[in-house]
Amino acid sequence: MRTMTSKAAQPAKVQAGPETSGSPAGGPASRRGGKKSSMGVQNLAGWLFSTPFLVLFLVFMAFPILATLVMSFTDFGLRNVTHPLDANFIGLENYVNLFSDDKFLKSLFNTAYFVVIGVPLTIFLGLVVAVLLNNGIDRARTFFRVGFYAPVVTTIVAVAVVWRFVLDPSDGLIAGLLSEVGLTSPDFLGSETLAMPSLIVMAVWRNLGTVMVLFIAGLQAIPTEVREAARLDGAGMWQEFKGITVPLLRPTLLYATVITTIGYLNVFEEPFVMTQGDPSDSTLTVSLNMYREGFNFFHMGYASAMAYVLFVVIMGITALQLRLLKDNTK
Amino acid sequence: MSATNAPGAVSTAPPQKPGDTHTRPSAAKKPRNLKRPLAYVLVSAGLLVMSAPFLWMALSAFKTQTELTASPPVWIPTDWTLENFRNLLDKLDLPLYFMNSVIVAVLVTLSNLVFCSMLGYALAKLKFAGRNKIFGLVLGALMVPGNLMLLPLFVLMSKLHLIDSYAGLVLPFAAGAFGVFLMRQFMQSIPDELLEAARMDGAGEWYIFWRIVMPLVKPALATLSIFTFLGSWNNFVWPLIATNDPDKYTLPVALATFATDPNKAGGSNGMLMAGSLLVVLPVVVLFIALQRHFTQGIATAGMK
Repeated sequence: MRTMTSKAAQPAKVQAGPETSGSPAGGPASRRGGKKSSMGVQNLAGWLFSTPFLVLFLVFMAFPILATLVMSFTDFGLRNVTHPLDANFIGLENYVNLFSDDKFLKSLFNTAYFVVIGVPLTIFLGLVVAVLLNNGIDRARTFFRVGFYAPVVTTIVAVAVVWRFVLDPSDGLIAGLLSEVGLTSPDFLGSETLAMPSLIVMAVWRNLGTVMVLFIAGLQAIPTEVREAARLDGAGMWQEFKGITVPLLRPTLLYATVITTIGYLNVFEEPFVMTQGDPSDSTLTVSLNMYREGFNFFHMGYASAMAYVLFVVIMGITALQLRLLKDNTK
Repeated sequence: MSATNAPGAVSTAPPQKPGDTHTRPSAAKKPRNLKRPLAYVLVSAGLLVMSAPFLWMALSAFKTQTELTASPPVWIPTDWTLENFRNLLDKLDLPLYFMNSVIVAVLVTLSNLVFCSMLGYALAKLKFAGRNKIFGLVLGALMVPGNLMLLPLFVLMSKLHLIDSYAGLVLPFAAGAFGVFLMRQFMQSIPDELLEAARMDGAGEWYIFWRIVMPLVKPALATLSIFTFLGSWNNFVWPLIATNDPDKYTLPVALATFATDPNKAGGSNGMLMAGSLLVVLPVVVLFIALQRHFTQGIATAGMK
């Protein structure tokens, strides 16, 4: 098999090949000749290697994404699960209805609330832990890192079981701690004002580890010399943090913020397992709303429209974040 | 478990900065001595808060009913009991759900290892028309929220009669974009000369992929296995949708159904704590054993 790529750097090898085509080595013309045969093989191989993924991708991802879009313009309901083609095209009706649907507007607000409080909290605490672990701790680093990361790898159902008891107003963990100092615990998950903050705390607890690991990797990529130079110049800890750590950490900060925001905009599991959207829809997020409309009431067309509104919002916010945070570096 | 010692595993921790103390003892040592104890105190306090729910769960699993509902709450049980575990195993067929979860997670992991590596290899090392477009597709797929696909996926699986089947649980996760991205990143670091030499010797691409490239990226394969396995093990939403028959429930779905059914768990916090502990324990042990691969994988994805 004569496979030579465009690697002009290796004319010697090419010449050594017994089956090399007539004009090896050197010039652009001959290179194109050699490239052609190898391109043929690599082209075929490339596509063959891509096929399994592409097939799965097309059937189980691309098709559903497009189907959601199509469904969002129909009255797709329960009976269409068996007869999808019988659904009626109703144009933009679902989308129009969404924006006069108080429940949907409330779920949008709740999701925004979750993101606006949850993302900065997660990023800030993740950064603090990462900086402390990276600069102040030299022993038992792994132990601490594992400890902070453990909630990330824990099944949401187990997390929910534990947190229900942590937050239980009669015999929960927090109730117990409060009773030690003579206070009674509020009913965290039963209160319209406290339910969402409780879920945010839970989400921060669950996701802090991911952000922390990202920041640790980012911190370790900062060359030691840069820090030393700053210290030699008499920079204090805070100056060093502000002048060196933060600017050099900006790519990581950007990435962590974007993925956390996307994750939180999609928040579903916490309210689903903890509150089911209660009390009075105060923890009903867009994803949970979509799930309920789709799988409990089988308003699948309507739910699809919801999914697409959320998707567009996510795309918009991600683009905005990339722009804002990137421009700052220039 | 030997994967932890995989020879090529790149440590996320670069050489510790010896310079700090060596070159400028006076300048660097002083503030350090002051800030270190403070850092330990802060981090330890944080860790205590983070692990309190876990400790609470683990300890509660061994409490008696009186201690579970005691007020003020009892932290350390005085009468350690296995009652909760016994009751749980009587009421919930945990071995069945455990096996379901293992089967699904193993199949998902294996298929990701093969398919993501194949595409990763093509994207990193083969020059073919459309390569950039496919890579763009992979990057795009990374951004799409999973919830966007749930409804048609459910309809599709119903039409294919794959609801309540392992295939229905596995196929939507059989090849993920994250895996492709990860494998491509690692495979790019393999020198082209090595592959060229093999091609010169008449090796086909399939041979090169299996015999040369795959053994060289073992650490990346370990990383991908852990992520995929845990992702599948902890997956909740899709198994919840794709199974109606309790015999096909995965562990999280079975536990969630059990927890919300008043006839079964009926107020027995102890049983639920025991169940959660049994679901979490294998994962946490696996994670602790292989944690270096986790951090490495996240770092790779984050650094791009």
